[in-house]
Amino acid sequence: MKKLSRIIAIALTLTMVLALCACGGSKKEEGPVYRTLDEIKASGTINIGVFSDKNPFGYVDENGEYQGYDVYFAKRIAEDLGVKLNYVSTEAANRIEYLQTGKVDIILANFTVTPQRAEEVDFALPYMNVALGVVSPEGKVIESLDNWNADEQMIVISGTTAETYFTENYPDIPLQKYDTYANAKNAMENGNGVAWANDNTEVIAFALQNPGYTVGIPSLGSQDTIAPAVSKGNETLLNWLNSEIEALGAENFFHADYEATLVDTYGLDYEESLVVEGGIVK
Amino acid sequence: MPDLGLEVLFKGKNLARLLGGLWTALRISLLSVAISLPLGVLLGVLMTRNNRFVKALLQFYLNFIRIMPQMVLLFIVYFGSTRAFGWDISGEAASVIVFTLWGTAEMSDLVRGALISIPRHQYESAEALGMSKSQTSLYIIIPQAVRRLIPLSINLVTRMIKTTSLILMIGVVEVLKVSQQIIEANRMSSPNAAFGVYLSVFLLYFFACWPISLLAGRLEKKWS
Repeated sequence: MKKLSRIIAIALTLTMVLALCACGGSKKEEGPVYRTLDEIKASGTINIGVFSDKNPFGYVDENGEYQGYDVYFAKRIAEDLGVKLNYVSTEAANRIEYLQTGKVDIILANFTVTPQRAEEVDFALPYMNVALGVVSPEGKVIESLDNWNADEQMIVISGTTAETYFTENYPDIPLQKYDTYANAKNAMENGNGVAWANDNTEVIAFALQNPGYTVGIPSLGSQDTIAPAVSKGNETLLNWLNSEIEALGAENFFHADYEATLVDTYGLDYEESLVVEGGIVK
Repeated sequence: MPDLGLEVLFKGKNLARLLGGLWTALRISLLSVAISLPLGVLLGVLMTRNNRFVKALLQFYLNFIRIMPQMVLLFIVYFGSTRAFGWDISGEAASVIVFTLWGTAEMSDLVRGALISIPRHQYESAEALGMSKSQTSLYIIIPQAVRRLIPLSINLVTRMIKTTSLILMIGVVEVLKVSQQIIEANRMSSPNAAFGVYLSVFLLYFFACWPISLLAGRLEKKWS
């Protein structure tokens, strides 16, 4: 009996190890995690990571179709490469991980360029401007971050520039962190925090759509840009993306993108300040 | 009646998408349950044997899985395996692997607990009646252990179904992710949709788990 149980134990351990290996499929040879431009073209499909719950940048409409400013660009990339487009639903907190493991070829998920991120991934030319903003309820508008009451919490989304900015510049402000945009929005509406810090495009849109909220601090920190990102070292894809963005500038592509996807949210007033055309920041 | 924004559910294919998301969650959790219940029983039986090496190994496995948050396990299997070995596991496969590892570990401990909770005198009485070892197991021990096991393992199964809400972090679009997508896509036209959509998600989870609880109740009654 004892002998038998020992044999079963060994067999089980082996099966589990084997099962793990089998599920993984064939092991790749040592080499880069990413796919080069030619490999993507040859495979006939490009994997692009986008948000699926961030209206109007990347979201899914009632027919299950991806839509938004980022998605409009993603469609054009696939069209110009002549490949099929495979959308991968990403969260703010796992975008870098997706590129570092080569599970997507490009991230087009409202990805703000920062020096820290540029060490982990390679950014192409920008296609949008962004700064941080803080939105709060009209009854108690937060207009300054000085003399912060330590009992009050600021809502942020994990993995966003707002989180990094506050951790570095305002370590005394207690943060309430959420993993998804939808949860952070719920928390704001339920009054779990006194204010919500996020990209200013986001907070402007939130205040325009939700009566009772005001953007007390419309521009905080440095002016940043949003750009597509590829895995570190994927030169061929990066170069192609850069020349694509420059070429699209000639036809005012991103203005058309804005008018197709963002105009309902921000109106025409913000078009010139938000859009970056041909990769050139004015 | 307050505005719950329920109309968004009937827009386009939204209802079908929500049900599709539920199916994804159930497919992953029930497949994992199907693999982990028999494996867990085997490991649980092994844990009650007096082999020190096997015991230590299983204890290590159980505690490792128990201490790690499921989210961390998902990230390790999904992203970690790609980093370390270059394996490209799909999000769904990674979820099944993690849920199976977790379910097996928890189940083995439940089985071990059920087995050692059978008092010593039950074995001794069976022996006194002249029953063989296998007869004792089959007629005395297993029926009692199984009865103790049912409520516990049902609890585990429903827990596994509900924990699938974490797999949206590795790109699997299940029912909760679909509901967030629907809420966000309609945040201008139906700002109250969050209530209605989350309410429907609650009902979907409830109707997925309720029949399992009913079945367990019936089995317990039948075998008591």
